[in-house]
Amino acid sequence: MTITINGKETALAESPARTVASLLDELEVAQRQYVTVELNGEILDRDAFGNIPVRGGDTLEFLYFMGGGR
Amino acid sequence: MLTDEQIERYSRHIMLKEVGGKGQQRLFDGRVLIIGAGGLGAPIALYLGAAGIGTIGIADADDVDLSNLQRQVIHFTADVGKAKVESAREKILAINPAARVRTYKEWVSAANITDIIRDYDFVIDGTDNFAAKFLINDACVLAGIPYSHGGILQFDGQTMTVRPRESACYRCIFPEPPPRDAIPTCSQAGVIGVLPGVLGTIQATEAIKFLLAKGDLLTNRLLTYNALRMKFREIPLKRNPACPICGEHPAITEVKDELDALTVCDLEN
Repeated sequence: MTITINGKETALAESPARTVASLLDELEVAQRQYVTVELNGEILDRDAFGNIPVRGGDTLEFLYFMGGGR
Repeated sequence: MLTDEQIERYSRHIMLKEVGGKGQQRLFDGRVLIIGAGGLGAPIALYLGAAGIGTIGIADADDVDLSNLQRQVIHFTADVGKAKVESAREKILAINPAARVRTYKEWVSAANITDIIRDYDFVIDGTDNFAAKFLINDACVLAGIPYSHGGILQFDGQTMTVRPRESACYRCIFPEPPPRDAIPTCSQAGVIGVLPGVLGTIQATEAIKFLLAKGDLLTNRLLTYNALRMKFREIPLKRNPACPICGEHPAITEVKDELDALTVCDLEN
């Protein structure tokens, strides 16, 4: 299946059990504990990552903390 | 009425149909607060001074350090050891003696931020820690003052503009700050010196557009920039009904210090 992550089409092995939480682990996403995930335009509740399935055609944005400025 | 000197100084503004004499007058009447006189704050203060923004506030408790000069272009070698707000004031006035510069040589906190921001039309976050970034968001949302968020690290930057209760705020995306020391800062992880120039100039542009009431602000979008790949991206956002400050059932009703987000490094700097 193919999903779009941060604007990039990404091919993944078919897996009906894939959730947002398992996807973050699978991709070894940076800031795993703090990353904000937007799925098809909706910001997800971090506590619900494990219950939200990821399906082919989904668009995900990973939003990272960036704290610098000085 | 603009004077002959003003007409000449701002001629390249005045000939823009989006600015004109009326728009330039709006900039003269504008009041913008810059929190942080460092990497982001430097180009912001220089450009806002040059643009003729009437009142520019600058808040920063720090003194200029030699390690700042690689990116904080408002401070010069001779300024090392001087208060950053003083160094910044001198440069703004050297560019534009008509500017009114108000300085706050203090760190913003829950105790002082509401009093400081109330005199301004637009606020710009040029700080380097999450405690300040969340505090600025909360204070501006609660006071209804629009502001520009900016963050940089290494080769990456991101910025968004917040119109309180009209567009997504920082907490709509990041409900809580990360724990202390979870995310590195520039002083720990480094930053390429030109990066805050790119991001800060975008933030200054937002302040100017807001005062002119022209164009489209960077609201409901997070603009991300990577200097190594030389790529800009825009992530569409919308207000989060579960946002702890501007959502349907806000848990935050007054400004508070996010003590857990302060790092030792922030306190030392």
